[in-house]
Amino acid sequence: MQSALGLALKQTREAGGGRVHVIRLRIGVLSGVVPDALEFAFGALAPGTPAEGARLVIESVPARFWCEACAREFQSEDLLAECPDCHRASGELRAGREMELASLEID
Amino acid sequence: MCNDCGCGLPGEKPAGVGAHHSEPAHEHGHGHEHEHDHEHGPGHHHGHDHSHPHRHPHTHAEAHAEPGHDAAPPAENEARRTVEVRRAILEKNERLAERNRGFFRARGLLVLNFLSSPGSGKTTFIRESVRRLEPDLKAGVIVGDLATDNDARRLRESGAPVVQVTTGTVCHLEAEMVGRAVQQLDLRDRNVLIIENVGNLVCPASYDLGEDLRVVLLSVTEGEDKPLKYPPMFQSADVVIISKIDLAAACGYDRAAALANLRRVSPRARIFETSAQTGEGMDAWREFLCEQQRARRTLGPLG
Repeated sequence: MQSALGLALKQTREAGGGRVHVIRLRIGVLSGVVPDALEFAFGALAPGTPAEGARLVIESVPARFWCEACAREFQSEDLLAECPDCHRASGELRAGREMELASLEID
Repeated sequence: MCNDCGCGLPGEKPAGVGAHHSEPAHEHGHGHEHEHDHEHGPGHHHGHDHSHPHRHPHTHAEAHAEPGHDAAPPAENEARRTVEVRRAILEKNERLAERNRGFFRARGLLVLNFLSSPGSGKTTFIRESVRRLEPDLKAGVIVGDLATDNDARRLRESGAPVVQVTTGTVCHLEAEMVGRAVQQLDLRDRNVLIIENVGNLVCPASYDLGEDLRVVLLSVTEGEDKPLKYPPMFQSADVVIISKIDLAAACGYDRAAALANLRRVSPRARIFETSAQTGEGMDAWREFLCEQQRARRTLGPLG
């Protein structure tokens, strides 16, 4: 969260902004990030910075896998993905590990 | 600090922690039993009801909208604007990991990042691997722990140069720590670098250190379903070492179930079943590393 907050404050400064009102993050379900922990860390780190009191919005990005045998992509809400056609476990993860600062609302 | 669990907050007892919590700032190993969605996007149901309270008051702007506060009230939002950023949060770590990778590649080092829960046998396995790799492969070791240099002392018994990184309250190694530690390591005649990460199956999964191979240990004493409980870590593995197989019978280890679970979560990982105590499986592991090292040598420096 420190790197997320650091990046958010830097982007705010570069955009000539004063305060941060909303921080939007995109977090893949397979990123290993626990959203509760992010919120907790944000609550501890933000006070005293221009992001104090900002709202943290976390968008969860579902995991998308590629099945080699069927040459198709499929989405899985299960962290342990199986191709819906051939029921084989997929080796190739195409999305779901993101940890991204998507956008900011600033003034 | 860690993006995953929030460890390593500045100060021993960060402001706001003691005031709002009767529990420690974070618990390692709480895992991913709940993924929560914040009510956006269709179809993210994980069978978990989101009634958990927010335990800290600083997250929401509303908490600060009392008179006299300089935040704009919600009704007067004209000055607000949205800035699209779309940048990776761990960018800094990724940059430093790439720098490490270039440094390692230029020296022809095969670099392994060892990850597992505490107590699955990383240190003993590494010590025995280093001994058995001589004289073909000569390893240097970086070992991360929150405190003490006990593991470094144990690893020095192998004869390899060892640097201990004590991370304090941080639950994982970062590329920057490895970059600094490697400066203290005499790598002149070395062709393998082994990094023993902090024992933790959650957060270290997110931090690239510049390694060639991610090696995840699973000991037979941990339960066959561990890969199902910690998918991100096992999903990221290039190699899975099943350790302590000499104890398999004593702890009722179900080999078929463990392998089936691993194939489900880590289908691309090479699996080695080993015992550092009896030496079982260690030759196959040694041969694999020799092959990998040869492949690095022919690859040449990056770029």
